[in-house]
Parts: sequence; structure tokens; C-alpha cells
Amino acid sequence: MNSSVIVFPGSNCDRDIAVALKKMQFKNQMIWHKETKLPKSDLIVIPGGFSYGDYLRSGAIAGKSNIINEVIKAANNGCLVLGICNGFQILTETGLLKGVLLRNENLKFINKDVNVKVMNNETRFTKKYKKNQILKINIAHNEGNYFTSQNHLKELHDKNLISFKYCNDKGNIDEESNPNGSLENIAGIFNAKKNILGMMPHPERMIDSLISNSDGINLFSSLLN
Amino acid sequence: MNISSKIIEQHGLKPDEFVSIKKLLKREPNLLELGIFSAMWNEHCSYKSSRKHLKNLPTKGKQVIQGPGENAGVIDIGDDDAIIFKIESHNHPSYIEPYQGAATGVGGILRDVFTMGARPIALLNSIHFGEPKHFKTKSLLNGVVSGIGGYGNCIGIPTVAGETKFNKTYNENILVNAMAVGHAKKDRIFYSKAKGINKSVVYVGSKTGRDGIHGASMASAEFDENTEEKKPTVQVGDPFTEKLLMEACLELMKDNSIISIQDMGAAGLTSSSVEMASKGGLGIELNLEKVPCREENMTPYEMMLSESQERMLIILEDGKEKHAKEIFNKWDLDFNIIGKTTNTNMLTLKFNNKIEGEIPIEALASKAPIYDRKWVKKKITKKNINLKTYKKVGIKESLIKILSSANHSDKSWITNQYDQMVMCDTVQKSGADAAIIRIHGKDKAIAVSVDSSANYCKSHPLTGGKQIVCENWRNLISVGARPIAITNCLNFGNPENSEIMGEFAECLIGIKEACEFLNYPVVSGNVSFYNGTNKKNISPTPVIGGVGLISNFKKKISHLLKKENSAILLVGKTFGHLGQSVFLEEVYSINEGKPPEVNMLNEKNNGETVLEIIKNDLVNSVHDVSNGGLLVSLAEMSINSGYGIKINKPKKLTNLIEYFFGEDQGRYVLEIDNDNLEKVDKILKNNNIFYENIGFTQKEFFEIKDEMKINIIELSKINNQWYNNF
Repeated sequence: MNSSVIVFPGSNCDRDIAVALKKMQFKNQMIWHKETKLPKSDLIVIPGGFSYGDYLRSGAIAGKSNIINEVIKAANNGCLVLGICNGFQILTETGLLKGVLLRNENLKFINKDVNVKVMNNETRFTKKYKKNQILKINIAHNEGNYFTSQNHLKELHDKNLISFKYCNDKGNIDEESNPNGSLENIAGIFNAKKNILGMMPHPERMIDSLISNSDGINLFSSLLN
Repeated sequence: MNISSKIIEQHGLKPDEFVSIKKLLKREPNLLELGIFSAMWNEHCSYKSSRKHLKNLPTKGKQVIQGPGENAGVIDIGDDDAIIFKIESHNHPSYIEPYQGAATGVGGILRDVFTMGARPIALLNSIHFGEPKHFKTKSLLNGVVSGIGGYGNCIGIPTVAGETKFNKTYNENILVNAMAVGHAKKDRIFYSKAKGINKSVVYVGSKTGRDGIHGASMASAEFDENTEEKKPTVQVGDPFTEKLLMEACLELMKDNSIISIQDMGAAGLTSSSVEMASKGGLGIELNLEKVPCREENMTPYEMMLSESQERMLIILEDGKEKHAKEIFNKWDLDFNIIGKTTNTNMLTLKFNNKIEGEIPIEALASKAPIYDRKWVKKKITKKNINLKTYKKVGIKESLIKILSSANHSDKSWITNQYDQMVMCDTVQKSGADAAIIRIHGKDKAIAVSVDSSANYCKSHPLTGGKQIVCENWRNLISVGARPIAITNCLNFGNPENSEIMGEFAECLIGIKEACEFLNYPVVSGNVSFYNGTNKKNISPTPVIGGVGLISNFKKKISHLLKKENSAILLVGKTFGHLGQSVFLEEVYSINEGKPPEVNMLNEKNNGETVLEIIKNDLVNSVHDVSNGGLLVSLAEMSINSGYGIKINKPKKLTNLIEYFFGEDQGRYVLEIDNDNLEKVDKILKNNNIFYENIGFTQKEFFEIKDEMKINIIELSKINNQWYNNF
């Protein structure tokens, strides 16, 4: 399976995702933001980091970059697109995903391992997980507080477009287990066609139990076939 | 222009130093030249008060590739891998503007490491604030932590370890020390020494602005009531540009284009160009109109003294200019050839073809003043601690008081603001004795820790200096690493005061003795004097950053208890030394007595034996016994793992407070499976090491038999309350 990782100036999880994709046997290429053509890809990944420094709104400038037009074209043609952390923020800036990522409720950067629940396991991204499976995944962000309109929220529910929600270790989705103030504890969402996933937690950090755990592996193996 | 005595004073130069300048130049300097002397001759850049003492430190060793004198120290960790690391202070700027001060501290130390060809793999910090109730403490803490995180998180290098301390000695002069650790291939290390004449001198990175002018001079003076006015001397950090600069430099370093490279740190363009020329025994000519400027009408004086961040100076091999320019253009960075190397041994500064200043390089470097400042020895206090003279306290209430104090509380509030996982090689995060970072793609890992103990150093600098090296060494041992080398950040008061100079000289003797005995050389470091306000100096605070090697990271060990019913051993002898202890400080709010004695022989023997036990897979967890004594170490093991402990009272009649809170050195707590006890006993006895079997692990309760019992969840709440109430 061919994958492309988009590298913006300021991306800093690009190597981590490349390592994960390689470990999972993807044929991966790194694509510099100034490129105007994408190689043929089955999966496009927009990695975490601080694209263009994120001095404006997170992801705002990346959402207007050269390469992003190609990503939008590919996504509209059904290519799988995964945006992690800053990648999720960028996807909301392009409009490929609806909603916004506001500053964390406590106004601080948060890095820790959190529990998330698999809300929909019938997608190309999550089919190797069990429904309601609880994963422990690392988050690291300033702006992960997901918010969207009532109409869109209804659509997310009606079409089962919420991929992950923050929960506690028993799987309860409550206020205490919400690290950043996200609406309904949302940690990740799909677009209506479910070929695009944006998520704040970093699955590429969870592929080696000697370093962390292997809860991220099934996301990549789901994509493989 | 005539140089008045007021101008000289404003440049932080003493009248006799001005006389020396005139002698060296054989004329009066102009204002630009005076500014350059001021930048190079201040304490921060010239080490004029410390150099005499620093040269006594052991800096060589089998694994040392590069000791002090370069941008950072370099050690050999086997195969073709080298580790490059250094610690540096950013105290004064962080007090004036905590966010930017701390952020640029991180940026500066990162440049020191990637300038030498290393990809940074870990950041550490040691931060000291005034007492918790001081009105500035919380806002400074908040700003510094956000600044450290803001820079490290954005550039994408994990912040993996550190220490945070509170003490009234820092009420008006906080300490912010940042350490960076990088990895390079042994044969791809870059130095600052210039070679060859007529080589292009290239400026890369951010544009030059008017920020940070005279920053290094500011850092070389005490604070006074006008400190707030110094805000413009603090630089503004741009981690995004630094990320680009780092990637561009590392890309250019893949081939042989670079002759020498130096970051523009303190004293910016001045110190970088002088350093390169002086090391190479050459001259350097700069055409200042070619310097990329952020602001209009900048004068040569401003350009030479600006401390704008994220800039580098590179000397390129002939014909590599185009290739280098392409790389920096790709990363959208400025690239300009601003001068060339010469054989004149002069720093020649031209602006639109007119010579604006000309100074012999050696006048700025080797001929800079060196002072043999007067210093006096500290007398060790005769006062012994007699508990009977204080109000009686219980063990449990004392433990609770310590664990709920700002100094000993759980620091997750801080560490959760740092990305500790980016790069995916963090094997062990902060909260342990040392952090562990895997060498990317390999089984080996390095362990890193930073430590300080100002109370000990204040009471008796020589013992304190020795102790802090030992504690750092012990922390690396406790995670199963073989300690290799250290970097040090020496934070002291005004060196013109003979008592302060004495603290410095004696701390260094202590550091030297310990480093020599442990074969633990100093490979890099930084001196920060003039920490104080209006003649009130801080306690001497040398900070030690150590690096050790773990050959297989799968064999790492931590202080987290692993199971119930394993035995708890205390290695090393307990005398119950309470002088300068955490117990006295937190329970009675006093700092009295002398620091605990450091017995180097026991320290080394105990440490090496514990390492042997770890290497033989005979131990479940290890924790060193340091500040707070045995009971605090045990409580940390319990709280962080969730397993309880039941401790027996010592058999011999001993004062329990002394036994549980005494801070005797060279001790470790080991959790051992009962099946392994015999083997461990044999190793300890073979090495003539004193140890006690003091109890065992259990479920949910932290307990001393017939004395106290407390649920771990409750203990953990106590340990978290200070930051939760922040």
C-alpha cells in the first residue's frame, strides 16, 4: 500500500509517522509542502507539529499551502486521508472536516497518555479494533478542544462519524476524562464518506510496547487491507 | 566621539579595563569598538573570574571526544555514535521576562548542540524559584514552564527530565538552566575553528533586529530597582525558525561543505566571528551592509551587539556557496555571504566599504582580562542538630508535611506541559531518577539527569560540590546506566565579593574531587555570576547534568515497585544526619547544621555494586535515597507504582526521625524477589557493603510497623495537592 506523508515547515511528527508506516509495511514517501503534485497514494497522512509555526491559527497557513490543493483533490476522489494532531487542525482549516479545534480549556499545552474509546469500528481506519475498545494513546497539543455546530453534531451522530471519544479506564465518557474541553469528549471524527479521519491522539506513538504500548498498531493494520 | 567615563560604565567596563583596551589598541576605541570589547570582556563571555578555577576540573577520559571550549561537550558511546551535550543558564532574562527568557534559553542551548552536527534528542531543565508564598513565584513559574514547553514542543524535541525547586534565596533572582542532548555520528562532528584564508563567511537564519543588544552585559551585572527597564535586552524566541535552521544545518552537514560553524549566542555576531577567528589563528573581515536586517537603519554597533535569536555563522569550503544557498532557500531562511577569513589576525568591520572598526582578535580573546579574585574559605559550622530542642513531631505528620510541600510535590502539573514523547524514543519520562532515551533504531540508550543542592552548598561549599556530583551519578546508576560524563551550570552571586568567590572556588574543588574519584569528567558547562539583587546573593547553586549509557534499554530499571511480597533492602549505612535536611526545612522551617558527609569510597563501591546487581537481573526496582531521606524515597516508590510497603522499625535503638529522614549519602533502596535474596546478599557481602532488609511490598498501604499506616491513594492526594491548588 502506498502512503504519502505531507511535510510542512514546522511538522515535527513526520519522522515518527514515517517510522510507524515503514514498520507496518507501507511503501511511504515524504512530500515537501512546496510540491504541486502528489505521487499515486492510497493513503495521505498529515502529521503533527507546528506547521509554519502555527503563529496564526493552528493549521491556518498549511490549509492554504501549495500541496494542500492536491490533498483536497485526492480526498474528494476517495483517497484515504489521516490527519493527526496538527494534521487534524489542518483538515478542519481546509474544510475537508467540519468543526474547529479551540485552545485547550485549561489554556495549557497537554502531554499525557489518555484513554479513548473506539466509537465506530466499521471504517477503513478502525476495522481491526473492537467496538467500544478502550485504547491508551498519547496526546500532545495546545488546541485540541473540538467544537462544532449543532447541525454538524447531529450529522456526526446520525451518520456515526465520531471515531474516538476520551473516556476513563472503565470506558465511561465523563467530564473528568475530558482532557481539553472537547464537545462530547470527541477525540476524532470522520467526514461523511468516512475516507478522512482527523484525530488529536497520536497513534504513531503507540506502536512499540517497549516504549509505550501497541494500541496504535491496529489503526495502521486496518488501513492495510 | 569622545568616550566618557559614563559611557565606559554603561558598557559594564571598569576604568582599569578601559586602560587595558587603550593599551591593546594603542589608541582610544570608537563606540563600536568599545561595544565589542564590552561584549567580549564581560563575565558571561570571557569567564574572567572563573577561568582560573575551571581549569582544575578533570575534562579528559577514555570516552571524551571533546571537552570544554567548544559549543558543547562530546562523548563516545560506542559503535559510531557520539553524544553531544551542554547546560546553560538563562537566569536574568527569565526573571525579567519569564516566557521569552526561558524559551530563548532552550533555543540557545539547542543551537549549541546542533551546531556541532548533532540531532537534539532530549531537553532537560533545572529551574529555581523564590518561596511559594512570594508574590512573584507563581507567575514566574507559570511563565517559565510555558516558555520551556513553548519552545521545545514546537521544535519537536522531547523535554524529558528536570528539577523544580523553591527557596527564598531566589525570591528576586530565579534560576533557569536548560540542557540539551544530541546524537551524532562520531565522524560527522563540526567545530568552530576557522581554517584557511579568503573563505566565505556566511550568515544564515533569522534576520538581525534590535533585540537583546547588550544581553550578555546585562547577564553580567546584579539586578537593582531598575530591573524592569531591562526588558528590551531580553530576546524573543522563534522556535519555528529554529526548527528550519536546525533542519537546514543538518542537511548541509551531510557533505563536506562546512569548514567551521558557530551559533550566534550571547554577544551575537561579535562573539561568533571572534571565536572562529581566534580558534583558527586567523583574521575575519565583515561587510556589515550585507547582514540581513529586520529593522531599518541599523548601525554597525547595533548589528554587532544584537542578540537576535536563531542565527548561525558558517565558514564554507570554496565553491560550496551555491549548494549551501540552495539548502537554506529551500527552508526559506536568509543566506548571505557577509565576509571572509583573512591572515591579518584582525577583526575588521566595514560598512559600505568604509572601515568602521578594527581590533586585533587576540585582544578580544586570549588577551581578555583574567582575574584571580580574592576568596575566603567557608568555616564549617560546629552546630549539631539536637532534636530535643525542637517541638516534638510524629513520623506521619512529618512525612505528610514534606510530601505536600511545593518542593516535594508531584510535578505532573509541570511535566504535562512538555511534549515528552515526540521522536518516539523516550523509554522513561520524567519523574524517575533519570530519564532514558533510546538511540534511534538501536538497542542502546542514554540516561540523563540534572541535580542541584543549594542548601548543602551554602552550608559547606566543598562538601556540597562533591555531594551533587555523587547524587547525579547515583541517579544514573539507579536506572541501570553506566555514568560517563557531566556538564555543569555554575550559578553564583557576585564574584567581586570574597565570600561568594570562596563559595565558587570551594564548590569547584568539591566537584573536581568527586569527578576525579568517580572518573566522571566535565565536558562542557557555563558559569553564571552576579545572581542577586541589591547585594543580596543567591545561595551557591551548581547544577550538574549527567549522561550515562545503557547498553540494552530493555534492561532499564526504574523506581516503580513491581509486585507484592518482595523484599525491600536499604543499601548503605544510615547514621541519621539531619543537618541541612529537608525534614528541618519543611517541618521546622530552618536550615541548620552541616551537610551530610560524602565518603567517596563508599559512594563508588555502593554504586558500582548496585549496578552489578541490576546487570545480573536480580532487582525489580531501585531508587536512590536523597533529599528527604529514606521515608520520602520509599513513599515516592509507593505513590508512583501503586504498591504499598511495610517497613520494620530499626532493630537497634535509634531515633526514628533521624533514621527515616536523615540524609546520609551513598544509599539506595532495592526491591528484590525473595528468590533472589541469597544471590544479592552474596554480591553485597563480597563487596563489603552494609545493607539492611527493612521490609516488604504489599497492597495499598504505606506502613511502618507499630508506627503509621496510610492508604497510598490518600498519600498520592497529599503529594498532588500543592500543584492542584495552583
